[in-house]
Amino acid sequence: MDWLQQLINGLAQGSIYALIALGYTMVYGVLRFINFAHSDVLMLGAFAAFFLAPVVGTILPPQSYLGAFIIVIVSAAICAAIGILIERLAYRPLRNRPKLTVLITAIGVSLLIEFTCQHNAVFGARTRPFPRLIPEHNFHLGNIVIANHDVLVPIVTAALLALLWLVVQRTKIGMAMRAVAFNPQAAALMGVNINRVISFTFGLGSALAAIAGILYAMRAPGIEPLMGIQPGLRAFIAAVLGGIGNLPGAALGGLLLGLLETFAGGIPGISNYRDGIAFAILIFILLFRPAGLLGEVKTEKV
Amino acid sequence: MLEIKNLVVNYGVITALQEISLSVPAGAIVTLIGANGAGKTTTLRAVSGLLKARTGEVIYEGRKITNLPPHELVKLGIAHVPEGRMVFANLTVLENLRMGAYLMKDRAAVNRELSYVFDVFPRLKEREKQIAGTLSGGEQQMLAIGRALMSKPKFLMLDEPSLGIAPLLVQKIFEKIVEINRDHKITVLLVEQNANLALDVSSYGYVLETGRIILADTSASLRANPQVKSAYLGGS
Ligand SMILES: Nc1ncnc2c1ncn2[C@@H]1O[C@H](COP(=O)(O)OP(=O)(O)O)[C@@H](O)[C@H]1O
Ligand SMILES: [Mg+2]
Repeated sequence: MDWLQQLINGLAQGSIYALIALGYTMVYGVLRFINFAHSDVLMLGAFAAFFLAPVVGTILPPQSYLGAFIIVIVSAAICAAIGILIERLAYRPLRNRPKLTVLITAIGVSLLIEFTCQHNAVFGARTRPFPRLIPEHNFHLGNIVIANHDVLVPIVTAALLALLWLVVQRTKIGMAMRAVAFNPQAAALMGVNINRVISFTFGLGSALAAIAGILYAMRAPGIEPLMGIQPGLRAFIAAVLGGIGNLPGAALGGLLLGLLETFAGGIPGISNYRDGIAFAILIFILLFRPAGLLGEVKTEKV
Repeated sequence: MLEIKNLVVNYGVITALQEISLSVPAGAIVTLIGANGAGKTTTLRAVSGLLKARTGEVIYEGRKITNLPPHELVKLGIAHVPEGRMVFANLTVLENLRMGAYLMKDRAAVNRELSYVFDVFPRLKEREKQIAGTLSGGEQQMLAIGRALMSKPKFLMLDEPSLGIAPLLVQKIFEKIVEINRDHKITVLLVEQNANLALDVSSYGYVLETGRIILADTSASLRANPQVKSAYLGGS
């Protein structure tokens, strides 16, 4: 029955990667570059929750689902604002510059956030224990024990994926996102204010990253300013794996990576190589499907 | 309706338009013809705000609109069917048309425009649910024009609607352009390499050559002009 435990772990881990990967892929979709600061937004989400938890705890009983919900929503809103601000200040002025310039700027923004947050006047470099946001509860299935937060992660993720799908497929702003992703100039000719769509995309991706950061922190030993790097890197791989720019691809890539990593980690002898495995999978798949699992090479009819 | 005065547009150090001036009276179909690379597309893109004018002015309904962003111009009733159609190949036909009405808040008004566009191009109605990328070139051109009509424009710019389309369909699309202009009082600025057709449907024409307007006259006179005949109407 050990595999069931692994499966749930893998799903939880993969869900988190999926949520983060969506942000990478959405931004790539509209702007064609990798926002490396995305992994730091997830860290900021976890810290936002860290500081909000005691505040919410004074109003609501600690470790209540309602309290956790409020913390998550407020953290997501804060990070949405941060994401929008990063684009506004750092990327927008470089909109018409070569993509490499923007890419290097993104790395710069990432380092700036990480090192600023490590400063003692900000968060400090030490690892802090993350508060429990929801009541502890274990499910017993035969002789295996499943923690409620491990079950919660895939459920929350599934709900968010469904919500995102509705936004992208069924709303006007979602349609504009898809249009901008395909051809920003044509979208502008339709009356779309491209900057507004880009801001919306950053906000949405950053909110998802914040939620992912909190879910990640709930399962991690603690939080610190560099905590976003590892999951951020995996999520980036997941996004490329699924086909960068493709939303279902990002979700699929995240889940696959989480599951593969967890199962590989459970095999004695190779558990030390889980990072290597992630990259090996990526290289292997890209050899056969350069556009990623669900990515397709776009063709325009003449 | 639209007036361009001494417009200069550069790509880096290359000057693509050297002080061109032209005017399009309300209700007319005016054409801008010229060989490949003359600067026709550049002209339209500068008017719709996709390119910045270096100097010169664009005046629309008496108002200076030079260098306004494209989405502002749509609000004023300007629609641009770009070269190469640029339909959203990842969206359905219906979604493409809805994108055309992006700024319209009133649902009933959107549906009214939609039924009008389906009237003009019944083919689009048949393909409503289809992903636009799977349409034929001619159908994509109909979609691009239909999409532009969705914004209920007063002024429509078309960039080489005949490009890469079967001759029979080209004929049909040009008939539609005339119909749109006549029945809905939409002023048209038509850019074409196919000078024959363009001069047929328009009342006035400009000839662009390497970034300069070299001729401006009624379409009938341009047709008869020996210089135009030999260079743009296939000789004799
Ligand atoms: N993006 C661009 N960068 C540099 N030069 C360009 C660009 N687009 C067009 N040009 C140049 O500007 C001139 C006019 O091009 P264009 O307006 O596309 O002509 P037309 O539409 O009449 O074929 C050409 O010499 C072309 O090479
Ligand atoms: Mg052209």
